[in-house]
Amino acid sequence: MQRGRMMIKWAHDTVRRRFMSTSAAAIDWWNHVDHAPKDPIMSVTEAFLSDTSPNKINLGVGAYRDDDGRPVVLQCVRDGEVKIAGTEFLESVSASVSSKLVEESVKLIYGKDADFIKEGRFAGVQALSGTGACRLFAEFQRRFYPQSKIYLPIPTWSNHHNIWRDAQVPGRTFHYYHPDSKGLHFAALMDDIKNAPDRSFFLLHPCAHNPTGVDPTEEQWREISNLFKVKNHFPFFDMAYQGFASGDLDKDAKAIRIFLEDGHLIGCAQSFAKNMGLYGHRCSCVDAKQAVAIKSQLQHITRAMYSSPPVHGILLVSTILSDPHLKELWKKELKVVGMFCFSGLSPDQVNRLVKEFHIYMTYDGRIRDVNRAGQGGLPVAVYVYEFISHPCLISRLRLGGIGMVNSC
Amino acid sequence: MAFRTGISRRMMIRSGFGLRSMSSWWGSVEPAAKDPILGVTEAFLADPVLIKSMLELRDGGFRLRQVVVLISFGLKAMNKWTRLANNFPFPHFSGAYRDDNGKPVVLECVREAERRIAGKLNMEYLPMGGSVNMVEETLKLAYGENSEFIKDKRIAAVQALSGTGACRLFADFQKRFRPDSQIYIPVPTWANHHNIWRDAQVPQRTFHYYHPETKGLDFASLMDDVKNAPNGSFFLLHACAHNPTGVDPSEEQWKEISYQFKVKGHFAFFDMAYQGFASGDPERDAKSIKIFLEDGHLIGIAQSYAKNMGLYGQRVGCLSIQVCSVKMKSKQWLSRVSCSRLARPMYSNPPVQGALIVSTILGDPELKKLWLKEVKVMADRIIGMRTALRENLEKLGSPLSWEHITNQIGMFCYSGLTPEQVDRMTNEFHIYMTRNGRISMAGITTGNVSYLANAIHEVSKSA
Repeated sequence: MQRGRMMIKWAHDTVRRRFMSTSAAAIDWWNHVDHAPKDPIMSVTEAFLSDTSPNKINLGVGAYRDDDGRPVVLQCVRDGEVKIAGTEFLESVSASVSSKLVEESVKLIYGKDADFIKEGRFAGVQALSGTGACRLFAEFQRRFYPQSKIYLPIPTWSNHHNIWRDAQVPGRTFHYYHPDSKGLHFAALMDDIKNAPDRSFFLLHPCAHNPTGVDPTEEQWREISNLFKVKNHFPFFDMAYQGFASGDLDKDAKAIRIFLEDGHLIGCAQSFAKNMGLYGHRCSCVDAKQAVAIKSQLQHITRAMYSSPPVHGILLVSTILSDPHLKELWKKELKVVGMFCFSGLSPDQVNRLVKEFHIYMTYDGRIRDVNRAGQGGLPVAVYVYEFISHPCLISRLRLGGIGMVNSC
Repeated sequence: MAFRTGISRRMMIRSGFGLRSMSSWWGSVEPAAKDPILGVTEAFLADPVLIKSMLELRDGGFRLRQVVVLISFGLKAMNKWTRLANNFPFPHFSGAYRDDNGKPVVLECVREAERRIAGKLNMEYLPMGGSVNMVEETLKLAYGENSEFIKDKRIAAVQALSGTGACRLFADFQKRFRPDSQIYIPVPTWANHHNIWRDAQVPQRTFHYYHPETKGLDFASLMDDVKNAPNGSFFLLHACAHNPTGVDPSEEQWKEISYQFKVKGHFAFFDMAYQGFASGDPERDAKSIKIFLEDGHLIGIAQSYAKNMGLYGQRVGCLSIQVCSVKMKSKQWLSRVSCSRLARPMYSNPPVQGALIVSTILGDPELKKLWLKEVKVMADRIIGMRTALRENLEKLGSPLSWEHITNQIGMFCYSGLTPEQVDRMTNEFHIYMTRNGRISMAGITTGNVSYLANAIHEVSKSA
């Protein structure tokens, strides 16, 4: 009886399997999926990684390197890690850690004595680094201002366009960089602000503009803020480099504080990728002045994206920011002058640099921290100058992002 | 310049021009609807009676009160009120494992992996698709250690932000490349599934799954719905330990479902959040997937290490999609790159810590053995608690049948309690659970199972 049952089962399975194999061939569901366009920044690293030349240099991705070209882990971060090692709860951070992180992050930007912090007139949530913070805001903007657009500077970090596009917020641009002067195109910028419809949304880089390294002066920021008031525009700041631009956290937040003094209600994305070297941990904060309601909506958006942010980075940042000794150590380690320099090289020139000198950078000519030793032991700066000016040797230059642009 | 700025500001204020509009940007934003699962935690924390009970305990008071447990969370009531108030671990998920003392567990294999990593990690960005090592090891868990699909690189896979992230990436991918498709979701399912596909703007349909009368699978209706859906529909399936019901199809039933999927040309997307957790054996828990693979389906899978490695907060998971038949190997890279493109505008690249922990454990045979042992311990404890709860209820002389408690599997049990009965559980017994009657078995301990059984009996005996 048992064997009989087994025979029937075997027969059934065999017939079924034969049917399966002779039925229509396995559907290839994604046959039509085309190769996605290469990311202009990540693809530089990919090309660099597959280059076998011993002299190759990667100047593409905006991740800090020391003078030996190695990634850096800050001492305050190592100390923070020791402090949190073996932490009991890996499920999620406690509410107190969470709100501590948000509070400390907000204080960094707005100054610890800002009234509205004391009065709790802000909504902040953790986000997945700068990308995540911008994306959260973009989703929020679409949800509550479905007809709105976002004005992005030309140029800007390439992923800004992807972010607002995927959030289905149409993008517009405004003038920013002046290719001839390699500085700020202030007049055109102000024109664009004036000509945009009232109550438009603008994305601003409060310091160390990525990719150009060109920032408005304090006076220029005041005029921009003034015009924003006249036009009732909404400023959203992407603060990815606080502390990294001038080495001083407060100085780098000056633009935002000018807007606050002028009474704007702003939004801000903060990232700890660069200034705490926590690139891979994806830790940041989105702030929007006003309302518990806003916070709940932001969390609602994240719930359907990834439920909750990764715990390790949050713990690290919150530990460092709330420990006075660690915080001091961090500020000391932040004495780095800005990362980016917009070289003004053309795509053809960039191609030559790659092929002849194995120096990798993005096609817009963005160079990150031009202080690397290149082929033959000469610094990269020399090759750049040799290239675009004349073939005589120039003594080794120490170039910071903003500084270089001014001296070019 | 300062003068000019000053005048402008004064003019603004006098005219009241700026002020009106300044306050009005987000004035219309209403608070979001409470998440049905996370809202339970908030209610628990806000329970004044619970807190009063805590105060009584400071003098070493009545122990039973202390044992009031948040069943959904399995947190044993604290001895000290201050510890509760200041350091209360605010869990984001109800479905988090607890040991027999009601404490959260960090696996020993995880601690060891952390020790090995500590001080060595250089914090750099992972590639957009995440850690290659982690992804490779993860695929072996789902598709089999010696899977030809992995060897032939016929799977596109990326690291994702745990199960939620994996599902969301797939939903976005589905929207982008099959814009006219819909997703069929079982009734019931994890609440967040609906949010995910909705925010990805993929229209949803449902299919029958749970049978309230039998507290088991409504197999006939399920098959009807599979048959009646248009050919080539997308279905979301729970690979094992269905959330929230704990009701899984039998092996035979899975085979029939797979067969019907072939007939209809449907696409199967598996959300596997509990591999290893259901039976204690990861290979056994992946049986449904194995059946579909043997039948020649090209599937998609969301995997998570939140539960089975206890890495909840690290947000580690994987999305994989089988994309090509034997002839089209190169397509594998297309999907992988496309998945990464969807991740780039969301978070650029995934977090590194959790991925490193996973690849350290799975890449070391000793650590992997330890992990498998620890997963079995967790699963066995839950199975033990199911038995204990059922026995307690039967001993109390409950007229109702409770065999569904031991028939169901995994973290959750669909008790069959009505919303009103759940409210009584909360109000009279301070036991918190979601109003659909879902109980997180992980929260039950030998210390509280009889209290729980008693409460369930009280609210249900007149039913």
